[in-house]
Amino acid sequence: MTDQSGIDTLQYLSGQTARHVRLQLASPSEIVNPLLFFLLVVILFPLGLGPDPERLALMAPGILWVVALLANLMICMRLFVDDFEDGSLEQLAMASTPLALSVIPQLLAAWMTGGLVLSLAAPLFGMMLGLPVSAVPVLVASLLMGTAIMLLLGAVGAALTVGVRRGGILLALLILPLYIPVLIAGTRALDEALHSGDPVVALAFLGAGVTGGLLLAPLAIAAGLRVSLEL
Amino acid sequence: MTEPLLMASELSVQKGVRALLSNVSLTVNQGDVWQLAGGNGVGKTSLLRAFARLARIEVFGRLERCEDVLYSGHSAALKGALTPRQNLMTHPSGLNAPSDLAIDTALEAVGVLGHADVQTARLSAGQKRRVALARLFLPSPRLWLLDEPFTALDVQGVNVLEARFLEHARSGGAVVFTSHQSAALGDELKVLNLEHYCGD
Amino acid sequence: MWRIIHQFGSPPWVYRFCDRVIPWLLPLTAVALIVGSAWGLLFAPTDYKQGDSYRIIYIHVPAAVVSLAGYYIMAFAGLVSLVWRIKLADLAMRAAAPIGAAFTAVALITGAIWGKPTWGAWWVWDARVTSMLILFFLYVGVIALFEAYDNKTIAARACAILSLVGTVNIPIIYKSVDWWYSLHQPASIKFTGSSAIDASMLYPLLGMIVAFYALFALLMMLNLKQSLTSEYAQSNWLIKRITT
Repeated sequence: MTDQSGIDTLQYLSGQTARHVRLQLASPSEIVNPLLFFLLVVILFPLGLGPDPERLALMAPGILWVVALLANLMICMRLFVDDFEDGSLEQLAMASTPLALSVIPQLLAAWMTGGLVLSLAAPLFGMMLGLPVSAVPVLVASLLMGTAIMLLLGAVGAALTVGVRRGGILLALLILPLYIPVLIAGTRALDEALHSGDPVVALAFLGAGVTGGLLLAPLAIAAGLRVSLEL
Repeated sequence: MTEPLLMASELSVQKGVRALLSNVSLTVNQGDVWQLAGGNGVGKTSLLRAFARLARIEVFGRLERCEDVLYSGHSAALKGALTPRQNLMTHPSGLNAPSDLAIDTALEAVGVLGHADVQTARLSAGQKRRVALARLFLPSPRLWLLDEPFTALDVQGVNVLEARFLEHARSGGAVVFTSHQSAALGDELKVLNLEHYCGD
Repeated sequence: MWRIIHQFGSPPWVYRFCDRVIPWLLPLTAVALIVGSAWGLLFAPTDYKQGDSYRIIYIHVPAAVVSLAGYYIMAFAGLVSLVWRIKLADLAMRAAAPIGAAFTAVALITGAIWGKPTWGAWWVWDARVTSMLILFFLYVGVIALFEAYDNKTIAARACAILSLVGTVNIPIIYKSVDWWYSLHQPASIKFTGSSAIDASMLYPLLGMIVAFYALFALLMMLNLKQSLTSEYAQSNWLIKRITT
């Protein structure tokens, strides 16, 4: 690849990402709804478990991560639906750019309007559960990487189920087992941070997950979308 | 003699365990306008999607075609949140952004230039259809694969589109479209009746 | 043309192959199961700590081993069907999923029965039990995805992709669950070096593992035949085969 085409690829990716972000911003409810869902479910825990601050603080890492995981699942359910229904995906698949490359801008845009926003809002929800301020950097860092991995894995499931009736619940069934390592690493990082341990191992595990996911997931997503377009 | 834009030999299309079409052979040369004809459910769309290589798993036989293809399916690939102008500017594939002048010309040709800057979601079904067809008036690939292009168009719209087909064919392109009605394209139209290729 | 041969030629061949192998495999599996379980249940010595309750490992461990191997068999068949479009691989993948899920369920249930006298509870969040439960859901996902598509040829393609993604993830899931629950029994069967389990208990166990592999293969062939019969009910070759 020459320098020139390298710049072209970069331009293509940034242009397409901007297009997808613009489309996302055109319907703000799709950005706000997962956030509201996050907040509402977090509120349910004190109501279900009782307001004892010590117990809530003890459970905060698990609660925050499980709810972030579910909010992320909601984002994945919407991921390819519009583009599949209005024919944009067909056009994407027809283009000369490999599909494994041309889905990346959409994933990037979805993460910026989804996972990124959730990660930045999470400290607020953490405070409500009595999470100490000292754990906030680890919470945000683990969620930033965790939401990226979960989006990549969720996109594989979304690609496989976008053409199916009632694909949403099916997506949850396919993808939740695959989320388990992310959940374990994320809560582990937070626990270590809370009990003055070393969260670096868990964070490094998440970082490796992002790298591996970025390398492999687009191939599976492209293959999945091609299968869905056969319908 | 130039190379054919599309060459299918003994193409078979399956649907599950059912054989939909068998042994379809078709050569599309520059200057051709082909209609894939036949009743509902005969496999017009399936064959067109096989030509587009959107359907591959259940397609058997040999298919060669050029890479610059425009495919237009049942769905128009228009975003309701964008204006027609933005829709034409940013094709979903993100490639070959046309000039403003080209977009104006295309929108004028299909008669929706007046609505160029309104949200596409607010246009009528027929107007949206015309915006989608405006893509055919932009500088476009040589081979067109169009699924039911005449749906939801009024008489005048049909005439404009037919004229555009002929113009494209004469300038070295080719059109393959599906339709169950007979089009008024005269001698230059070639028809492939899929009823002859049904089943095993 | 060779693709057409794969597509139309394979199912009758597979059907004939199953018909030929099953009469051999069926008695073989039965004998292996009977010998293995008699050996394990009647002749293997009693465990000095757990008494006779440990004998459930002659069902539990083979089921667990074969259920994990079953996922890899399924994923491998999926890979073959993705790359070479061989109908047989499609069918094998489809047949493996429900059987693998059943073996996983057997491993989970026998694990719970074993857990009651050993740990004092039906369910313990032990790393292996949890991994087994996750494996069960990975199988269920593949089956559910397959059922969601109307067109089974395309469904098989989707399931092949999903099972490959699962294959990449299984080692990561197992490692992370181990990490989550670092206190668990070390793996007790090792083929190299010294074994923690006595030979008099190990050999019947290995015999049962072989028997369970044979059972898996047998069930897969029966399932293959059954799905061929329902899918090609209208085809001439099948009608001819059954009526003659």
